Amino acid sequence: MSAYAIIFYLISAFILGTGILAVTTRKIFRAAIWLLFSLVGVAALYFWMDVNFIAAVQIVVYVGGIVVLIIFSIFLTQKAGELMPKPVLKRNIFSALAVLIGFALTCELIYEHGFTSIDQPFDVDVHEIGMQMLSTTQHGFVLPFEVVSILLLAAMIGCIVIAIKSKPEEK
Amino acid sequence: MSQIPLTHILFVSTALFFIGMYGLFTRRNMITMLMAIELILNSVNINFVAFNKYLFPDKLNGIFFTVFVITIAAAEAAVAIAIIINLYRSHNSIDVEDAGELKF
Repeated sequence: MSAYAIIFYLISAFILGTGILAVTTRKIFRAAIWLLFSLVGVAALYFWMDVNFIAAVQIVVYVGGIVVLIIFSIFLTQKAGELMPKPVLKRNIFSALAVLIGFALTCELIYEHGFTSIDQPFDVDVHEIGMQMLSTTQHGFVLPFEVVSILLLAAMIGCIVIAIKSKPEEK
Repeated sequence: MSQIPLTHILFVSTALFFIGMYGLFTRRNMITMLMAIELILNSVNINFVAFNKYLFPDKLNGIFFTVFVITIAAAEAAVAIAIIINLYRSHNSIDVEDAGELKF
């Protein structure tokens, strides 16, 4: 087993372990921090797969944006030191059962299919990504790019409209 | 380079997906449910990048899908947190059991 493989298994164990802690810990602030570690682990997996651009985007958007947003909302809505109530035992058992069965089924499907990978170096050039993102030719992605920009604008306006404080009724 | 078969990466992303699914089933606090959804979206992204790297190394489509999924996840998290904070203002709780008015 080479160092390349060992690093992969270490990163995967890190992602899965912190992910499990993030969904099972009963302190909500710790759950957010475990989620942060899990997302950093996913970024490490992208670095391992040689897609540096996506890894950078992952760190900037998830770790720098979404987790900070989640932590802010925890501070606004929760008493951070308190334990969350324990989930009901019956629900716990049945969801664990459903999840395990689903996992086994999916793993079986993946194992049976046995993908044949192409042995070819995969180099992601940021220059190439930028050119293709904004090109209007056949393999360009300018239309989804514009649609996503409209979506972001709509989300921004929607957030402001939802979160705005309504004025007290005038009488 | 190809010492790790693609299936191992797919096993990891499947496990992450079902961890998120477990969180979504058992948690009753909206913020922690949102965290579980983030885990699920991340596992999907790992799949896109892995398929692109191992099966279609001459194209970039998986990379673009990942970028768009990350963007939409950010927008979704922002809107969800705005809704959660608004709900907290009116109900003083962000437990899904306490927000049952829209249910029926």
